[in-house]
Formats: sequence, structure tokens, C-alpha cells
Amino acid sequence: MEITPGNQSELIHLEQDTFEGLEIERLKKASQATFSDPVEWMEGVPKGLLLTTVDAVLGWARKSSMWPAVCFPACCAFEFITAEASRWDLSRFGMEIVRASPRQADLMITAGTLTWKMAPQIKRIYDQMADPKWVIAMGSCAISGGIFASSYNVVPGYNHLFPVDVYVPGCPPRPEALIYGIQMLHKKIMQESARRKV
Amino acid sequence: MTKVLEPSAIAAKIKQTLPDSRVNAESGYLLVEPAALTSVLTYLKTTPGLEFDYLSMLTAVDYWDYFELVYVLDSLSLNQIMTVKTRLQGRVDLWAPSVVSIYQTADYQERETFETLGIRFSGHPDLRPFLLWEGFQGNPLRKDYL
Repeated sequence: MEITPGNQSELIHLEQDTFEGLEIERLKKASQATFSDPVEWMEGVPKGLLLTTVDAVLGWARKSSMWPAVCFPACCAFEFITAEASRWDLSRFGMEIVRASPRQADLMITAGTLTWKMAPQIKRIYDQMADPKWVIAMGSCAISGGIFASSYNVVPGYNHLFPVDVYVPGCPPRPEALIYGIQMLHKKIMQESARRKV
Repeated sequence: MTKVLEPSAIAAKIKQTLPDSRVNAESGYLLVEPAALTSVLTYLKTTPGLEFDYLSMLTAVDYWDYFELVYVLDSLSLNQIMTVKTRLQGRVDLWAPSVVSIYQTADYQERETFETLGIRFSGHPDLRPFLLWEGFQGNPLRKDYL
């Protein structure tokens, strides 16, 4: 088709659509297997007075100021918002700031069903987050795709895209469940070495 | 309270005005031939006392032997609703008349039906897929899609 001033914007859209479709197909092909859950932290921190103290201080600092990235594709987001608001008050854990920029965030709470069309954006948010970073899969859809697991357009679990640290089951999980999951993650951060592999 | 209109009375009226429309009153809905769809919907929209000026929903259902298009009409001025259905036989090369010229809201819903069920609408101004990504193969809401 010939490009004229009249149809220029339309053609740019067509080009973007084609590019997006190729990107989604590529990601879908590459994400057939799941990432295994990180287990290095279970071995505990290495022994030694100096290292242990540094690890403890760094772990405490990290767990006390975890800022979540904005990644709320579906309805679990409302439970997260409730947990964030005054009644459950996540700022008790130093988490009151939800960062719109993934570069300033440590924690991704994946609240909701993820479609393949949205997957490249979520993958990009994860890749843009600075290390160390953690992921909580919140709700059935985030864990395994939930009731949409065999659907044509839903990612069957976020662990197809990146490793997940804590799984919080529920449809949706109540804010208490999410807070429990966050506390589990705090414990995990306290146990893992500050020199964790990234 | 929203009134649900009795289809048999309306079918009798339509038969008087449009004799060759072949309208059937089933329990709860009007069944029309695809060829008569636009004229029946125009009649329902413009006749005083019916005034179905709003198409609240358009979708299609796969029954293996045929596809059934469902139009849920709403009258905002008279607060009444009504369902019109039409059937397309077969599974390949399905064409239905577009109702965009009557109800503007059918635009995106016909595009969605085209994309997910593979039914094409003749007379639609811009029948392109828009929900799934470019290069997606098949019509996912068909029963034989797996």
C-alpha cells in the first residue's frame, strides 16, 4: 500500500500490530516451560561473624523498605488496594509507596489474570526492575492460570515468564492472606545471603 | 420495572407490515431469517409503541449445525426489552447482514463476533479483528477450536 499523508497513521498502526504479534508469538514459544522456584535461600546464610552480621543488616534493610511495582492486570488488584489502604495499612511494613517506575521497585505483586497480549509488557516491567527483586504471585490466576488455565489467551502462571518467590492462593486472596505472604517473603529475605545470585 | 415484551403479538404486527419477513415468535424471542434482519430491526426501532432505540448486546452462539446471532434490544424511552435471533446454517463462509447502519453500537460487537466466531457481516464499514494479537490463527469461541 502506498503511504500518503491521509493513511500514514493507519499504516504505522498496522506496522506496530505486526511487530506486536511477532513479539507475542516469540514470547509464547519461549515461555512454554516454567521457571523453577528459587531455592538457594533455603541453604541459609554462610557461617561467620562478619558475614552474618552484614547479611542480617542488609536483609533487615531490604525487608523493611520493599516498594511494589505497579503490575495489576486484573481483579486481585482490588484486594491489594484494600491491603494498601487504611484498614490493613501496608505502610506498617514499609510498603506504602507503590512505584509507577519499575526501576525504583523491589517487589512485584502480580495481582491478576495475565493474557498473552499483555505478557510482553509485564515481562518488560520485571526486566526493568533493579536487583535485588522479588515476585509474589497473588491469586489462582497468577499461580496457575486459575479457571482460565486451558484458555487460548491466558498465561498459565507467572512462573512461565520469571521465577516466583511466594505464591498466595485464593480467588482473590483476602488482604490477610496477602500480608501473610509478604511476611513469608520477609522471612525469606532475612534468611538469604546478601550476596544472592541474581 | 423493565417490561419484557411478548414476542407473539409483535410477530403478528410485523407480519402485517412486512409480509415476506418470515418472522417466528418463539418462547421469549423473535426468530427471523437473516435476509429480513435489517428490515425487522428497522421496524422495531422506528415503530411508535416499540421504539427499540438501543442495541444493548450482540453476540453469536455455536450450535454445531448452525450459528445463532442474538440481538438484545432495549427501549430507553419506553423501558422495555426484547430479543431477536437469527440463524446461519453451516460452518464455513458465514455471512450475516450488518446492522451498523441502524445501531452504531453494533460496530465493535460485530468486529468481535467476526474475530472470535468467524462470522462475516456484509455492509460493515471496517471489519477488522482487534482483540487478539496479529497473526492469531483460528476463531477461539467456536466449539471445534482447541
